[in-house]
Amino acid sequence: MTGISSENERGLNRREFILRTCKAGIAAAAAGSLGYLLHDGLGPGPSSEAGDAQVSLPDFSIPGLEGKLSIVTGMDRVKSVHLALKSLGGIEAFVKKGDRVLIKVNAAFATPPILSATSNPELLGEVVCLCLAAGAASVVVTDNPINDPGSCFALTGIGDAARSAGAQLVFPRDGFFRATTVAGGTLIRDWPLLYTPFENVNKVIGMAPVKDHHRSGASMIMKNWYGLLGGRRNIFHQNIHDVIMELAVMVKPTLVILDGVTTMMTNGPTGGSLSDLKQTGTLIVSTDQVAADAFGASLLGRSIRDLPFILKAESMGLGTSDFESLHPIRTSVG
Amino acid sequence: MNIVNVRRISQAFFLALFLWFCIAGTFGQEWWQLRGWPVNWFLQLDPLAALGTVLTTGTLYAGLSWAIGTIVATLFLGRFFCGWVCPFGSMHQAVGYLGRRAKPLSHSLKVNSHHPLQSIKYYLLLFLLAAASGSLLAAGIRIAWGVPLVIPVLAAGGIILAGVTARRFKAERKKAAGILLALVGAWTVLAFFFSVDRMLGASLLTGLLDPIPLVHRSVNLVLLPLADATFQKLSVSQRHTEGAWLIRSVFAGALLLNLVRPRFYCRFVCPLGALFGVISRYSVWRIGRTSGECTRCGVCDAGCEGACEPSSHVRIHECVLCMNCLNSCSHDLITFGTAPSASGQLVSPDMSRRGFVLTLVSGVAVVPAMRLGGYTAKNWNPVLIRPPGSLSEIDFLSRCIKCGQCMRVCPTNIIHPAGLQAGFEGLWTPVLNFRIGSSGCQMNCIACGHVCPTAAIRPISLDEKLGRNAFHEAGPVRLGTAFVDHGRCLPWAMDKPCIVCQENCPVSPKAIHVKEHFVTVRDGIRVVTAAAGPVLDTAGTPLKPGGLATGDYYLRFGNASEEQRHLIFENTERGIAVDPGFSPGPGISVGETVEIQVRLQRPQVDPDRCIGCGVCEHECPVSGKRAIRVTAENESRNRKHSLLL
Repeated sequence: MTGISSENERGLNRREFILRTCKAGIAAAAAGSLGYLLHDGLGPGPSSEAGDAQVSLPDFSIPGLEGKLSIVTGMDRVKSVHLALKSLGGIEAFVKKGDRVLIKVNAAFATPPILSATSNPELLGEVVCLCLAAGAASVVVTDNPINDPGSCFALTGIGDAARSAGAQLVFPRDGFFRATTVAGGTLIRDWPLLYTPFENVNKVIGMAPVKDHHRSGASMIMKNWYGLLGGRRNIFHQNIHDVIMELAVMVKPTLVILDGVTTMMTNGPTGGSLSDLKQTGTLIVSTDQVAADAFGASLLGRSIRDLPFILKAESMGLGTSDFESLHPIRTSVG
Repeated sequence: MNIVNVRRISQAFFLALFLWFCIAGTFGQEWWQLRGWPVNWFLQLDPLAALGTVLTTGTLYAGLSWAIGTIVATLFLGRFFCGWVCPFGSMHQAVGYLGRRAKPLSHSLKVNSHHPLQSIKYYLLLFLLAAASGSLLAAGIRIAWGVPLVIPVLAAGGIILAGVTARRFKAERKKAAGILLALVGAWTVLAFFFSVDRMLGASLLTGLLDPIPLVHRSVNLVLLPLADATFQKLSVSQRHTEGAWLIRSVFAGALLLNLVRPRFYCRFVCPLGALFGVISRYSVWRIGRTSGECTRCGVCDAGCEGACEPSSHVRIHECVLCMNCLNSCSHDLITFGTAPSASGQLVSPDMSRRGFVLTLVSGVAVVPAMRLGGYTAKNWNPVLIRPPGSLSEIDFLSRCIKCGQCMRVCPTNIIHPAGLQAGFEGLWTPVLNFRIGSSGCQMNCIACGHVCPTAAIRPISLDEKLGRNAFHEAGPVRLGTAFVDHGRCLPWAMDKPCIVCQENCPVSPKAIHVKEHFVTVRDGIRVVTAAAGPVLDTAGTPLKPGGLATGDYYLRFGNASEEQRHLIFENTERGIAVDPGFSPGPGISVGETVEIQVRLQRPQVDPDRCIGCGVCEHECPVSGKRAIRVTAENESRNRKHSLLL
């Protein structure tokens, strides 16, 4: 303040003038260089969305255990899954001590387990217990459902079953998706994948019920990987068979468990009524997801020729549609 | 501990409790989620919500009985709720304190002096209650008109009065003219009520300004989603609020006005505070001075939260019991007791008779005026889809307090505060938006009706919602009906397979069914140039290699009487391979034409089955303006909107 008052009294002296000119000069130079640094003569390009770093899922299958298929008839899922795994050499053949397992369930709809539109909670609980008993360090259960995730995991009983068996339930939170591109794929390119739950996981089990599906013909193991995609994934329904094939390329599971104890014959994949269901009393455990789906089609009374995605997956070398060639082990729990 | 600190602890406690209830309003099964927490308690303590719904419906719904407790306590203590409990009041007090911190006493004296416009809130209260009392008034008029003698008596009285007036006309001309004018006026008003009875209606507008619903909707619909964007603890994905800008602006504006005058909202706007002010004229204990003489230091006036001027004629109806005067008077001249203040007190708000009548009439008249827009009649808005169990529109508007609890609890985040879709009286009432959120209305969810504090959305059972058991005859609760937009739907408009809507329809049997069509694709009519078993070579526009191999394309050939169709397995630019089991044989030869067809399943909605849950609209891959959209036709809550015979 004294400076101003002294200026007012006697005008500007030389020292003050030089000081002020210097300040003005520095400010002008700063403004000019900042403008030069920030100058962008071209403007933005056509798309300003920077592509995310791509991720892809590793191969979770176990070498030497390809083409195993066990088919158990009976209505008791717990006994069936025990018997099926025993016939394939026990859960220990697939889950080793210290393994970190991810189970991809079908929790797509907020409906009670009795309607069989989602993975059976009792079966899930048993498989989680088996993995932990085999020495698994952790078991993660996840899905990106179609209906509201919170409602889905609560109403299907999957949330409770997973937690009480000792698994970690992972919700599809916004930050958990990363971009992926399926090798050789034409549809799943730079598309959000529910990736965070897979970090540090070395074994993957796919678990799905057998259901009618109007667009693709059937929703079983391969169609169930759809629930790992994020974004507006519904646009892939324009080419449903190819996208299911690409999903099967994307995920190479350790083991798949196809639940055909109760099959949704009509009104799928949502169901909604007990009259849509049929007791087909069959549980399939396999290391070949194509063979599992091919067998599952027979429970729906459909031929493989009705389901192009199975033949497409076979032609990609992902498995065989001729499940009999795998010499399936057939047992029954009575 | 002095009384002011006790008051501060009380405010902090109730503010924390309020915020806790906002957090606990999360749908879920964890201990901190909605499983028995009384998340509506503050709304239920609010006597304005109770009084408003009593006026509109004649009943006091469930938990709103808590408001009786608040009223009784006010009758003894005065406006304790404002100064000790109200979470919005506590926010105002805190902001007001920050605004005048480190400013001289003279500033506090100036901003905390009484302002004549503080009476505005009483007019607002009267206006809102008058708007709520239309149907009560209409019922009263109907009863009065129903009594056989009323009309003859009124007519006879009028004639006698007119006769008397005419006789006096010469003696007291001025007075007689006045009476005549009054009679003409009275008859006009009566005629108005005669004819307009049908238009008289009640609308519960209190929630627009009532501080408890206001702070609920501001915290739940704006602050929580913003805070949770970082932590992602309350919701799996980001929650949204349509029109959040307006709610946020009102909330932030109300808080910032504290920098102009402390507790600006409480003093000038708050209709709940006004109601407490009216009740507090009967309060047993009040603030007052024990002696008429004092040093006039002004400390009591400077700290006064209600601007009620304790140093002179204390205004009981403005006093929010902050107790600052009682605490700060160094001569202990101020007390909270039963005796009237030694320096005098004012107990009733300064409203003029003219203002009172004008406000009352405006309040009653505003509802018929708003409804001239026809939103509750023929001009009903089809995009206005209300939550399941909502009452018919007029009954809904007479109960909804716009608190936003249904929007907070909805697990799919599809309930949103309306803008002007439902007219002005429907501002901030719940409306469903199937584009926002994580799905449509979930079939097995009835949370909104069970949280609604006023039963504008009835607490229906799952059986009633789904039309099961005892409700089998009545059928499911329908929110509206889905309509396929043939101009946008991929299979209808663009010959692309899709049927995502059909897949996701949760009803059994599905309300969306499909009709199979085989449609010849663009440039699909081709001439065969070579045929070798199941592989044909064709001439025409080059095909996209592999483009027909998706499992949806067929080759059609033969004549009309004997046509065949085979699935295409593979294609190159010219070559088309069909089912390997097929051999064209003599039926197809070079030079003949074949057609490439796509198999389409085109969705159709069965209005008998559709419940309007909006899952199809949510999932439709046409992501901008959806190709299948739900509108309110056939909604259960209003038979006049039914669609079917």
